[in-house]
Amino acid sequence: MERTIRVLVAKPGLDGHDRGAKVIARALRDAGMEVIYTGLRQTPEQIVNAAIQEDADVIAMSILSGAHNHLFPRVLELLKDKGVDDVLVIGGGVIPDDDIPGLKAAGIAEVFTPGTPTSATIDFIRNNLKRKA
Amino acid sequence: MNDMDAMEKAAGAYQAGVEKTLSKFPERKKEFVTGSKSPVGRLYTPLETKKIDYLRDIGFPGEFPYTRGVQNTMYRGRLWTMRQYAGFSTAEESNKRYKFLLEQGTTGLSVAFDLPTQIGYDSDHPLSQGEVGKVGVAIDSLADMEILFDGIPMDKVSTSMTINAPAAILLAMYIVVAEKQGIAPGKLNGTIQNDILKEYVARGTYIFPPEPSMRLITDIFAYCATDVSSWNTISISGYHIREAGSTASQEVAFTIADGIAYVDAAIKAGLDIDDFGPRLSFFFNAHNDLFEEVAKFRAARRVWSRIMKERFGAKNPKSMMLRFHTQTGGSTLTAQQPDNNIVRVAIQALAAVLGGTQSLHTNSKDEAMALPTEASVRIALRTQQVIAHESGAAETVDPLAGSYYVESLTDRIQEEAEGYIAKIDAMGGAVKAIERGYIQQEIQDAAYAYQMDIESGERVVVGMNKFQVREDPPKGLLRVDPAVGEQQTKKLQALKARRDNGKVAVTLATLKAAAIGSDNLMPPILDAVRVYATLGEICDVLREVFGEYQQKVIL
Amino acid sequence: MDAAALLAQRVRAGDVRATARLISMIERDDPSRLETLKTLHAWTGRAHIIGITGPPGSGKSTLTDKIVSELRNRKRRVAVVAIDPSSPFTGGAILGDRIRMNRHSTDESVFIRSLATRGHLGGLSRATSEAVRVLDAAGYDDIIIETVGVGQSEVDVVRLADTIVLVSVPGMGDDIQAIKAGVMEIGDVFCVNKADRDGAERVVREIRAMLETAVLNGASTRFSVLYASLAAESAIPDSVAPETHDYFQQGAAHHIAKQHHDHGELDLPPVLTTIAESGEGVRDLVDAIKAHETGLVSTGLLAIRRRENLAWELGKAAADRIQSVLEHEERKSAMAELASAVLEKRTDFYEALDKLERSLAAAYVAQES
Repeated sequence: MERTIRVLVAKPGLDGHDRGAKVIARALRDAGMEVIYTGLRQTPEQIVNAAIQEDADVIAMSILSGAHNHLFPRVLELLKDKGVDDVLVIGGGVIPDDDIPGLKAAGIAEVFTPGTPTSATIDFIRNNLKRKA
Repeated sequence: MNDMDAMEKAAGAYQAGVEKTLSKFPERKKEFVTGSKSPVGRLYTPLETKKIDYLRDIGFPGEFPYTRGVQNTMYRGRLWTMRQYAGFSTAEESNKRYKFLLEQGTTGLSVAFDLPTQIGYDSDHPLSQGEVGKVGVAIDSLADMEILFDGIPMDKVSTSMTINAPAAILLAMYIVVAEKQGIAPGKLNGTIQNDILKEYVARGTYIFPPEPSMRLITDIFAYCATDVSSWNTISISGYHIREAGSTASQEVAFTIADGIAYVDAAIKAGLDIDDFGPRLSFFFNAHNDLFEEVAKFRAARRVWSRIMKERFGAKNPKSMMLRFHTQTGGSTLTAQQPDNNIVRVAIQALAAVLGGTQSLHTNSKDEAMALPTEASVRIALRTQQVIAHESGAAETVDPLAGSYYVESLTDRIQEEAEGYIAKIDAMGGAVKAIERGYIQQEIQDAAYAYQMDIESGERVVVGMNKFQVREDPPKGLLRVDPAVGEQQTKKLQALKARRDNGKVAVTLATLKAAAIGSDNLMPPILDAVRVYATLGEICDVLREVFGEYQQKVIL
Repeated sequence: MDAAALLAQRVRAGDVRATARLISMIERDDPSRLETLKTLHAWTGRAHIIGITGPPGSGKSTLTDKIVSELRNRKRRVAVVAIDPSSPFTGGAILGDRIRMNRHSTDESVFIRSLATRGHLGGLSRATSEAVRVLDAAGYDDIIIETVGVGQSEVDVVRLADTIVLVSVPGMGDDIQAIKAGVMEIGDVFCVNKADRDGAERVVREIRAMLETAVLNGASTRFSVLYASLAAESAIPDSVAPETHDYFQQGAAHHIAKQHHDHGELDLPPVLTTIAESGEGVRDLVDAIKAHETGLVSTGLLAIRRRENLAWELGKAAADRIQSVLEHEERKSAMAELASAVLEKRTDFYEALDKLERSLAAAYVAQES
């Protein structure tokens, strides 16, 4: 049987626009994944601890407030501190193209900007999981 | 008048002709729908509008049920207020942007606050990290507000502030800054959003649970009725409901259901409907389907006026008038080929004007990517000015009235909205419907269906899922200096060192006692603000007494 | 040290990642988990296992969140297993219970794990019981199982708990949903949540009346067994033998015990009211949950109940295994062949059944070896 992919969907920071996060959560569920939805106003610490407890294969975060350069790398730092290196971390939201190289360098595997079809995110997750077994 | 029998006959003949055409030339699609996915007929004629009683349903502008507008001369008297939502970084930076906008011909200010301010945290709070000055200006205390309005004549401009959970505090700061400019509160014009219910369902900047939040709101109603009598005490907002993915009818329905909840709360708090009713204002979105949007605004006015008159027994016509601000639809903008957004915004802005808006914000083309630059803000403003001065749309009142299509759409949106409102009434009102997650669920279902239609190509978004090109990433986007957080933190430390901390403690203790009791909270908040208690300090007191709201998520 | 032993050691040492990883292995029925589970077995049996069940919309997650806070005030280490349904169409799931409990995410003494039902009912109770054992071995003092709130799988899952809190809520229709579903019998502690809503008092009265009727009718409920045993403890002559676990007999004994009771009042399980949103009533609820545990321990019922649960689980697991043998392609074609034979009157149904059973037994033995 194919392994069920577990994705933690989180809204870091204070931004309350969760339309995108909710749409992606539903789309991932409809693609057969298990989505742990953690809701608004999550700190990087909460996100990382939740991902570990839930043994998530993927952390998917959405930010529309412009705080991505601060919050996304912080999540990766914490994962590193805890010795977690096999979780795929992706981000989405209103993120200027100029910021993407920096975020990728920090360890965000891919950044999905407005207009990305949910199918692109689904395919990316399927093809880039860090854990196979 | 039309002879309906002859009409039926002629329509039959037309239909026969259409069948013939269709056998040779099928139409482009099997089903035609509006932007909100309601079916659209091939043709609208007097047969579709025959149920309409002109005086009962449409009437004259400035008269009940206000379908055609709230003033009798509309834009022939005065154009709508061109009000561009702006604010970022520090109070100093935003003050500069406001002065730029006023020089460019905007006629009202619209203040965007950063998220920590909107959620009642000071800039040095751990949760504020990375957010300070990002989506709006950071305001920690009266000191920031003094800078924000420095050199701006507060008795001449009208100011709209997008602030909800801590609206009372920001309004208090505005009042005190005006006092310092020598302007009496009664002379102030403007609006606070102050609409907490849509925060729970669509926007997310809530702090307190519904009950104390409703109390804060009605305290503001009561205070302003006597002391700040020209102020719009609430802007009941469908904008964010639509941005969260609702349909046009849902936007009207859920906004008006929220409005009903506020009126109920105010009446329960002992206020007279005609004391606060005239100060209620609304805020809607404008999307791309021109006719459906125009119909939406017209239907909203009709539904609200009937509720105020028939359900609440308002006597003052001003209480029945749905006055509204419009912002063009942020979620309709694309990051791809951003220049196309200028065209979308033009159509949306035209819809708002044809729908009789009282004020308008036009989005800038780059808002799907970042905060707008000055150049793109200027185009957005110019779009309004072209509509106002060149399109002819402002030269007569409600130009689309009588269009068989637009009147049919207006009726349909009215019926759908009333259907939702009846359902919400049956649940015990908007607060209960939100607690059950009903409204959230309806919006999310619509949002998901919308996204799936885009992905299947059923819904075309030009430049995004059709007519794509390869393009270079945009250059010259506006960035907020990441050092803003530190600057604000330093300003806060300096403030706390120089203010009279004893007075701060006393006013906060008084506020706490008032919060535990039932006195109007505006006076103690004003006292705390005057002695430079910070926004975070004031909100912490209220959090302690009121508790915090827990998000209700239904997926 | 081999991988299984190492994993067990890490779980024992409180390594959250290891614990989480092992639960994932359990969820996907990974056979390599078994060695680890066997090793951990020695450290199980300490935790108090609390089931929280009730209809959807009764506020179970918020209540669980507040119960966790209260248990943390009492310095307990707490684990939560929150179950949400998988979509029958896609197999995917949205697990949203954490939203309510997120503030505990940064508390190192709290572990929260969301499980999806993944379609198979037997599998869910198996996965849940194994996950609970892992958390028990990992040293959590209290383990809360929060269920989906509907159907038979519910009853199976909550059977794993020592103490079951049945949550009701006013305004869910004229009757209490839970009664209709027939799960009232499984409650140990009854809680009417959202008690600030109209009708809360009525729901409390209805539940009490129902419990009274159950007692007077000698119905077989979990709580009757406990109260009968407690009555026996207070030395009512010859009325009950706490070792027995025939529910009907126990219920009747409870009834008899009541008639002998000094105060002449019926001992009913606690029916408490809470407003989870504000935390009101949660301390009393936790007191009641803990008092129930104390009662189970003092009467020796805890051991009896766990023995019963385990026996049930063994039976269930065996049935699952047989089911899997039955669903094997080879068996399926054999069954089709037997069905043809019955239809064509070459044999009769019962002869075919005997034949199937024999081949099943043979296959089962073959699979085992």
